[in-house]
Amino acid sequence: MDKAKTVPFNGTKEQEEQLRAVIEAHKGQQGATIPVLHEAQEIYGYLPFEVQAMISEGLGVPLAEIYGIVTFYTQFSLNPKGVYQIGVCLGTACYVKGSGDILEKLKELLGIDVGECTQDGKFSLDATRCIGACGLAPVITINDDVYGRLTVEEVPDILKKYE
Amino acid sequence: MNMDMVRGHVLICGGTGCTSSGSEALIKEMETQLKAFELDKEIKVIKTGCFGLCALGPIMIVYPEGAFYSRVQVEDIKEIVSEHLLKGRIVKRLLYQETVEEDNIKSLNEVDFYKKQMRIALKNCGVINPENIEEYIGVDGYKALGKVLTEMSREEVIDEIKKSGLRGRGGGGFSTGLKWQFTYAAEGPDGKYVACNADEGDPGAFMDRSILEGDPHCIIEAMAIAGYAVGANQGYIYIRAEYPIAVKRLQIAIDQAKEYGLLGKNIFDSGFDFDLELRLGAGAFVCGEETALMTSIEGKRGEPRPRPPFPANKGLWAKPTLLNNVETYANIPQIINNGAEWFSSIGTEKSKGTKVFALGGKINNTGLVEIPMGTTLREIIEDIGGGIPNGKKFKAAQTGGPSGGCIPASLMDTPIDYDSLIQIGSMMGSGGLIVMDEDNCMVDIAKFFLEFTVDESCGKCAPCRIGTRRLLELLTKITDGKGTMEDLDKLEELCYSIKASSLCGLGQTAPNPVLSTLRYFRDEYEAHVKDKVCPAGVCKALSRYVIDREKCKGCSLCARQCPVGAISGTVKSPFVIDQEKCIKCGACMNACKFQAIYKK
Repeated sequence: MDKAKTVPFNGTKEQEEQLRAVIEAHKGQQGATIPVLHEAQEIYGYLPFEVQAMISEGLGVPLAEIYGIVTFYTQFSLNPKGVYQIGVCLGTACYVKGSGDILEKLKELLGIDVGECTQDGKFSLDATRCIGACGLAPVITINDDVYGRLTVEEVPDILKKYE
Repeated sequence: MNMDMVRGHVLICGGTGCTSSGSEALIKEMETQLKAFELDKEIKVIKTGCFGLCALGPIMIVYPEGAFYSRVQVEDIKEIVSEHLLKGRIVKRLLYQETVEEDNIKSLNEVDFYKKQMRIALKNCGVINPENIEEYIGVDGYKALGKVLTEMSREEVIDEIKKSGLRGRGGGGFSTGLKWQFTYAAEGPDGKYVACNADEGDPGAFMDRSILEGDPHCIIEAMAIAGYAVGANQGYIYIRAEYPIAVKRLQIAIDQAKEYGLLGKNIFDSGFDFDLELRLGAGAFVCGEETALMTSIEGKRGEPRPRPPFPANKGLWAKPTLLNNVETYANIPQIINNGAEWFSSIGTEKSKGTKVFALGGKINNTGLVEIPMGTTLREIIEDIGGGIPNGKKFKAAQTGGPSGGCIPASLMDTPIDYDSLIQIGSMMGSGGLIVMDEDNCMVDIAKFFLEFTVDESCGKCAPCRIGTRRLLELLTKITDGKGTMEDLDKLEELCYSIKASSLCGLGQTAPNPVLSTLRYFRDEYEAHVKDKVCPAGVCKALSRYVIDREKCKGCSLCARQCPVGAISGTVKSPFVIDQEKCIKCGACMNACKFQAIYKK
């Protein structure tokens, strides 16, 4: 978790206001914690300690419980993500069609491992669960763009589009 | 209301598969071109749910002709509009070739992919616009809810479901009617809940997503019926956050249903109130297990808890709760409309109705299929799926995801139903069906699933948390070529202990991929252990790169690509790879222009 410490929290006043509004809207609702965390991650892009503390205070839920939830679910991230978030689908259909090799190629080209972000903050790499586009296997996503029926050879050209 | 005379309809698939291959851009271009040709009043464009044949996406069907265009690109749209829609000349080069018959186009129902299918749960997918409640009502939508609320008692509804023989489509196969009965009978002075499990976590499964994207109202209708039958006024749909399109359409559908008074207070003037709320998952596979799902809705870490008490007695917030899966609900309105007898006439003796499968992997027609129970695996793979691409040989079909098993070629004639699949060591599961060919290593596949379960084990109970990790270590040892024959026995023994002692379904079924591959592909395990060979050439530690002396032209390109300097030779004569130095990265094979390097 050393990496998390190296990125200082720099939330803005507006983001804080948005978050307070979200907490206010969900207050009193049964089982509100997870929906609030989802929206908080939308606002900040990740869930640093400072954001968790605000949610804990706002909803009256112990911080330990919030942290427990954030670390339990893979969708919640303690680290910031890159400008371009690359997800390589490792669902079975993609895996049997070679998405493992595509992941290796991306690691090699970007010089980062799964769950990491490049130094310049541009790309982050994740191995995702099945995104359900099995008909196009193997599939990767870069933010909202989907690239299907991929081969390892096509990977460098796709990355170039984002440089 | 738009009362223009519409003479044609263009249906464009807006499912996740086709959206990923660019169908949104097609819809925009189609609308632009229709305006340009002044046809926008006569031709209506409809964005539908999944047609099923994802492999050919993006898909477009033009009615009244029923022309099925596949792999349509934005550049093709102008031609479709100017030729087909304006002049009535079908664009033959874009037609799905299976539908072409001399000068005619065949109806879709006669095409191999659709011929053996029977659509109940997917009845409206690809037919209606899922974002428009009126289209759903137009195909008898909410008729079943009306019938239930105005003509049937709660007991009659439960009886009808029981008589239909419907069993849970999420994997377990428990009788749906009995589940309803138990929740109905449970004491719930402070209210009861109805919940829908849309946390479709099995890799390679996308049936539920397609139903939610293509026909969200049928789930809402079914949940309201269930609410009436068991005595609940509040429902929750727990859906994966990884399915943004499904989430959006469900929310639209819920809002529309509320606007039309089909959700909310006093539905159909019957005095029955029912409301629905969406809850998003956050990427935890274990939350597909029913007790874990409910703790997650409650806003906690999604850890399972021991049963009993069962959710029917103590579920969400310790109140009686009915939990069914998406596909199970999708059958309900039609059972009510057409009767239990109709439904139970389909399928086998103990498995009634149909099952939706997501066909994926090494198969020509990847996509979504719905077949009557009792159809054989061979029919699904050869007739509907169109066989294995590139002339390769079928090796195994994997059903049930990380909880299921691999079915070998020798059992391809097994009829698909709950009981026969369990008998051969797999399970129905939620419906993922991944086909593997001779290039897939079965030990590697078992390892792949164990990596998944190790990652997704919630850690609450020791057999699953520690046991699956030990399993993975043993499998890794074998794929690294360091396994012994005793390891195979240990593997099997450990599997049975994990099955017997885990807290929830995740752990109890996690060893299935190992057990079934050990049972049917033991020779592959033994090859890894005894001969230190991976027959499929997948396991890196056991594979070797070799240069074919006949084909090698001695260009030295491979030697220059090799990152560790393992390749040597003199120019214009065959090069050799030093196996001691080689790290098996494969760079040489990719670089070779003469296909002289191969993997052994």
